[in-house]
Amino acid sequence: MQVTITVNGVEHSRDIEPRMLLVHFIRDELLLRGTHWGCDTSNCGACTLWVDNEPVKSCTMLAVMADGKAIRTVEGLANGAELDPIQKGFMECHGLQCGFCTPGMMMTCRALLDGNPHPTEAEIREGISGNICRCTGYKNIVAAVQWAAENPATSEVTA
Amino acid sequence: MQTPAPFDYAKATSVADALALLDKHGEEARVIAGGHSLLPMMKLRLARPDALIDLNDIAELRGIRIEGNEIVVGAMVRHAEILSSAILAEHYPIFREAEHMIADPIVRNRGTVGGSMCQADPAADLSAVGSALKGTAVIQGAAGTRTVALRDFHEGPYETKVQAGEILTQVRYPIRPGAGSAYEKVERRAGDWAVASSGVFVVVSGGVVTDCGIGLTAVGADHYCAPAAEEFLIGKAPTEENLAAAAKIAGDSCNPVADQRGPADYKAHLAYELTLRALRRAARSSQGA
Ligand SMILES: Cc1cc2nc3c(=O)[nH]c(=O)nc-3n(C[C@H](O)[C@H](O)[C@H](O)COP(=O)(O)OP(=O)(O)OC[C@H]3O[C@@H](n4cnc5c(N)ncnc54)[C@H](O)[C@@H]3O)c2cc1C
Ligand code: FES
Ligand code: FES
Repeated sequence: MQVTITVNGVEHSRDIEPRMLLVHFIRDELLLRGTHWGCDTSNCGACTLWVDNEPVKSCTMLAVMADGKAIRTVEGLANGAELDPIQKGFMECHGLQCGFCTPGMMMTCRALLDGNPHPTEAEIREGISGNICRCTGYKNIVAAVQWAAENPATSEVTA
Repeated sequence: MQTPAPFDYAKATSVADALALLDKHGEEARVIAGGHSLLPMMKLRLARPDALIDLNDIAELRGIRIEGNEIVVGAMVRHAEILSSAILAEHYPIFREAEHMIADPIVRNRGTVGGSMCQADPAADLSAVGSALKGTAVIQGAAGTRTVALRDFHEGPYETKVQAGEILTQVRYPIRPGAGSAYEKVERRAGDWAVASSGVFVVVSGGVVTDCGIGLTAVGADHYCAPAAEEFLIGKAPTEENLAAAAKIAGDSCNPVADQRGPADYKAHLAYELTLRALRRAARSSQGA
């Protein structure tokens, strides 16, 4: 089936099987491997990307369902060489260790801040409750989001 | 890697179009809403439809609005929209309280009311809410439209009154001036399905309970409700003693099964305790406290 999907501002047309999951379309057809693929059961959130500005677990959406839609992945967070504040927050606050959860986590956190620029700690923790991190214990991820909230458009990373 | 078996796919543009597509693709076709129950089942081959009819682009299945003395929720309304709806928050806080504990914020961006009701999972939270509020389901097929009380909608686990060739289009909840409502859930960890949940509404007038509804999920309650407990409470003062007696009837009417979420007696105890907590809060809020 023919689909046209815009990913990080670039239109891609492909002929795919209806059963192809969006996460495999992104990783294996477009070779955008920033979006991770973990549990495959919509629990871990590693595959989180945006469909029309909303975070979605892409292991549980068919690529054909994204036909005509705009996708944003972790590769689309930075503005050229300029990292997004959430990416800087993860650097500044040591918000990752192995990095497996990080792309999905950052996509969730960016959306959280877009909807609520000054979330409380409880709101951050609820906001990331669909993204599992096995390394950090979440403390530094919360700190990274708080850093990004306080530095919405800084241009320098000191870390 | 888990991938569903092959199937045909078509995007419906209207309810009429969806019904025509269902007819064209035959008995083994299924509609897909958020896909957050159906796709996992297809990956595991627990479901193997020949064709999927996608409801996501059907505008007439969207939206939450008031019609007469009912709140009308379209089948394709997402959990996230229920959580943020001002209309639902004003009339029935039970929705917000339940939604905060359904899955996680990302899953809530996709999962829908219609999918949740039609999946008929024995632990579905919105099924308990719908039974508590005594809502109605609107079902449309080639032969026309019919309504079914939500308390009759579920035939059993994973089975509903929606027949092949039909779709659920709306869920409607009666507005009850002065009603208080509340939802209580115990889960093992954030985002998990319920160990047990109870949701209620109560109307207190002239010092007595004049109307109430009790919904339960994950505890084997018939049609996700406890009518004997409601009957007991109506006409009585909302005292701690009466609320506890009603909660006891509700707890005793359940038939939970032991699983990885806990033993049966623990779940039965939760059915009682959570019903009592929800009744207390709903009665208090109906009395303006
Ligand atoms: C990780 C995770 C955690 C979850 N936790 C909870 C929880 O705590 N509590 C809870 O209640 N739920 C929970 N859910 C379920 C979730 O709430 C969704 O509601 C559920 O997945 C079904 O909605 P859907 O739109 O995704 O339906 P789909 O998966 O698209 O469909 C489910 C079934 O309903 C049928 N269907 C869908 N729409 C219609 C319609 N309009 N007419 C006729 N048939 C229809 C489909 O054919 C299919 O058989 C969880 C899900 C996940 C993935
Ligand atoms: S891979 Fe999609 S949620 Fe885990
Ligand atoms: S950094 Fe390793 S899983 Fe989060």
